[in-house]
Amino acid sequence: MKTVLTIARREASSFFQSPMAYIVIALFLLINAIFFFPTFFIFDRAELRGFFQLLPLFFSFFLPAVTMRMLSEEFKSGTIETLITLPAGAEKIIAGKYLAALGILGGLLAPTLLYLLLIAPAGDIDPGPVFGGYLGAFFLGAAYTAVGLFASSRTGNQIVAFVTALSVCLVLTFMDSFMVFLPPFLVGVLEYFSAGYHFETIARGILDSRAFVYFISLSLVFLIGAVRGVEARR
Amino acid sequence: MIDVANVTRNFGDFCAVDDLSFSIPKGEIVGLLGPNGAGKTTTMRMITGYLEPGRGSVRIGDINVQAEPGKVKNMIGYLPEMAPFYGDMMVYDFLRYAAAMHGINSLERIRTVARMCALEEVMHKNVENLSRGYKQRVGLAFALIHDPDVLVLDEPTSGLDPNQIIEVRRLIKEIGRTKTVIISTHILPEVETLCNRVMIVSHGRLVADSPTAELTARFGSSVTIRVQVSGCSAAELEEGLRSLEGVKDVHPAGDAETGLSAVLLSSEGQEDLRPVISRTVAQRGWQLYELSQQKNSLEDVFRGLTLESAEEGGAA
Repeated sequence: MKTVLTIARREASSFFQSPMAYIVIALFLLINAIFFFPTFFIFDRAELRGFFQLLPLFFSFFLPAVTMRMLSEEFKSGTIETLITLPAGAEKIIAGKYLAALGILGGLLAPTLLYLLLIAPAGDIDPGPVFGGYLGAFFLGAAYTAVGLFASSRTGNQIVAFVTALSVCLVLTFMDSFMVFLPPFLVGVLEYFSAGYHFETIARGILDSRAFVYFISLSLVFLIGAVRGVEARR
Repeated sequence: MIDVANVTRNFGDFCAVDDLSFSIPKGEIVGLLGPNGAGKTTTMRMITGYLEPGRGSVRIGDINVQAEPGKVKNMIGYLPEMAPFYGDMMVYDFLRYAAAMHGINSLERIRTVARMCALEEVMHKNVENLSRGYKQRVGLAFALIHDPDVLVLDEPTSGLDPNQIIEVRRLIKEIGRTKTVIISTHILPEVETLCNRVMIVSHGRLVADSPTAELTARFGSSVTIRVQVSGCSAAELEEGLRSLEGVKDVHPAGDAETGLSAVLLSSEGQEDLRPVISRTVAQRGWQLYELSQQKNSLEDVFRGLTLESAEEGGAA
């Protein structure tokens, strides 16, 4: 456990010590605001629904971007050799990096709480959907982060890692949007595999255990894939 | 301490290490020698558990590296080739991180290691801004931080300037008094000054394995004189030359021309033996057909062994 924390601390500090971190966080805030506030002023209701609606899309871009270098950089520069020969197996390496990635996810999400201050004048804020939204956002982000880590574990090229993770995340996000074209018996199945659908459920304030099971298992599958990715290098 | 048994490793079709076996007892400094691509780095990576052998096994002490990698990693200090480390970390942070990964929290240990490797002046510089030599020393500090029993150093002096090379060699020698050290290099004098034992690999196979003293005594600064005569048997010739002053060893050369007897003679000391040999041969009434002298250095051994592929084996 201590090694996991050591790896996580190193990874997170390497991210937060570079100016890139703050550029990414600022950009994330800015882009969300640009898309969220125009619709907010139309409805003029004290809720973050517009923000949460677009979040899966923005996460699909931003989370692969912050995770793409986590392993591919190690492969490319050869530092993976020092990491593996330290007392840490592939599982601990992935666990540590994932923990750091969740910290970065928190770093992306936390500043968006400022939006609450901005929408407060429009009326009383209903805490339920806001809480649900952030809870859902965290679980959604955790799953997309795992996807990003997985993609990064499979290549020494950050761009390839980014594009791979982006594609997977976009498919997961929009899977339920294409269901009108499908025969009805497939709809239920695909709906269950759609991250967008489960996120909406939680964001609406419905704490359905199926949604949590979905996100946790999605994360686990990709994390196990990432562990295999590191092991395959040997 | 290190036992490598029948280890083979392929990369696709390319066989990097081919059925390699050796064992290194505790407290020995062993030089792993070979040209580029001979399988030195691959062998070291398998010892440290970074790469898995395709076949065979590696044991450190009583522990199988493949079966219990976690246990072994605390026992090994590894300096990878080119010393790849996180460039965005300060030397101090990096050493603290490495120590923490080994479960060491003592700042005193970091200070000791930094002093050993003469890193005090660069502790607050980023690793990526260091010169090659300093980077290499960071690598040594990284390998030493947890005071391991076994040190695996992949080309520890590459990229260092002559003063640093001497310094690092001194350091390795000092460490080697109590620990088991395996270093890879293609710098031959390094092996002569540092190692108790030399292993030469070529095309993934061990082509020579002997104590350095033996290897240099046999091939080192001494010369080999080849004598070919007619009129006596090889045994007589051997007998006749052995008694000469300054002759260390005489043994028959296998490739005598028909009707002639040939021996190889190694000398000790600076004196040129050729006049004495020709005089002796003449006195005995034999006819001298060949009298040639070759200077043998470790370089020659190395080149001979690594060029003629693996088959010749055991030449040393």
